[in-house]
Amino acid sequence: MENIHSHLGHSANGLLQEIRQQTAVNIQACYQCGKCSAGCPLAGEMDFPPSLLMRMIQVNKPETDEKVLGAYSMWVCLTCNTCSSRCPMEIDIPRVMDHLREKSFTLGKTNKKASPIIDFHKAFLKSIEVNGRLHELGLIVYYKMLTFRLMQDVMLAPGMLLRGKLHLFPERIRQRKQLAAIFKRTYKRRKEQEV
Amino acid sequence: MNIGFYPGCSMQGSSPEYNESVQAICSALGISLIEVSDWNCCGATAAHNLNRELSLALPARILAHAAADGLEEVLVPCAACYNRLKMVQHEIGADRKLQDSISEILDEPYQGNARILSILDFLERDVEPLLAEKIMKPLKQKIACYYGCLLVRPQNILDAKRHEDPQSMDHIMQLLGAEAIDWAFKTECCGAGLSVSKTGVVAELSGRILDDAAHRGAKAIIVACPMCHSNLDMRRKAIEQHRNKDFDLPVMYITQAIGLALGIDPVKLGLKRHFVPVNLEL
Repeated sequence: MENIHSHLGHSANGLLQEIRQQTAVNIQACYQCGKCSAGCPLAGEMDFPPSLLMRMIQVNKPETDEKVLGAYSMWVCLTCNTCSSRCPMEIDIPRVMDHLREKSFTLGKTNKKASPIIDFHKAFLKSIEVNGRLHELGLIVYYKMLTFRLMQDVMLAPGMLLRGKLHLFPERIRQRKQLAAIFKRTYKRRKEQEV
Repeated sequence: MNIGFYPGCSMQGSSPEYNESVQAICSALGISLIEVSDWNCCGATAAHNLNRELSLALPARILAHAAADGLEEVLVPCAACYNRLKMVQHEIGADRKLQDSISEILDEPYQGNARILSILDFLERDVEPLLAEKIMKPLKQKIACYYGCLLVRPQNILDAKRHEDPQSMDHIMQLLGAEAIDWAFKTECCGAGLSVSKTGVVAELSGRILDDAAHRGAKAIIVACPMCHSNLDMRRKAIEQHRNKDFDLPVMYITQAIGLALGIDPVKLGLKRHFVPVNLEL
């Protein structure tokens, strides 16, 4: 069985070919019109706006690939899809961002500034792994443990409770074991790739 | 009429009013919703950011349960869940190898044929034709319809018409008697999943949305996504501090607006659960 996680290991090819093979996105089609960066609501927050990121991948050198994998850009990307919806070459930039995030995360090359964002995603997935559904209070508590942002949003909690928007106990699915097994199988495949 | 229903975690958690208003209008119009059995979270942003296989497998399990329940179509009111389910159907459906790979992870065969309906698909097809004779209290207000990202992009996969200037919500609001304004931020992003980890970004992006709607004279913003709602409503204080400006602009789900026009009690529509009070004159 071909493993769809095969993109996560170190590959002899650069990101350019790897992305072409694994996601079918052809970054070489980009001719730097800049519409993606112009429309991106968070281009200003990024170290490299989307069009520059595409150019860096096109350069296809180990040094630039390293910079791309250590970039902050993909972590602030909201997957709003504005970039790809306006791209004249229909390049699926959000799919590239997903690929870069997962690869950077798996290889431990993530940008330091991105830690709270990544911690939030981890806490989110933990809550699902345990309960099958998201338990927002559990997510926030776990997030605070990971980030030490203990006081953040404390003032929102009473208002949320009052309005019935915060539940103390999680809602859990019946087949939690089956769901946990799904999580485990994805982790196992990833580990096999790293070897 | 029987339609499958996938509520998703937000509707059971921080956005109960969305669920309440969907249920209220369906029962008023004689539409029954059948909840997908033992459904799980779709994985939302977190899964596709960190673990692609999981981001495919979690929605695939939901689709498998819908198929096992014999549901031919499933209404998914949360825009984020809707987007994930459609994306997964598109990606897995077109790729035989991926189907096998995901089936192995699920430990059951991939069955992804249920038709996924967004709230707007559903309202347009099943609710709009019933509205004319059921409206008791027309909403004579200027409102701004805010679609956000997840209902309209990627436009090819979601089959979204006029993705830079969608009209379906505007059309429904006009049927309810409201004046839907032309404005510039219909499909701009509210900041979505960065609400907790980068609240400043949400304050900026959601602030621009409120600013334009207020500037053009809207008396309310109409939404169809729990994330858009919580960013524009629950995060209002942070937005106002960030922009150093107060906005008198409530945010309602399209289903709440329909409920009001049908004459349903505002409490049953969850309208008392908002942070920004809804005091529209009716």
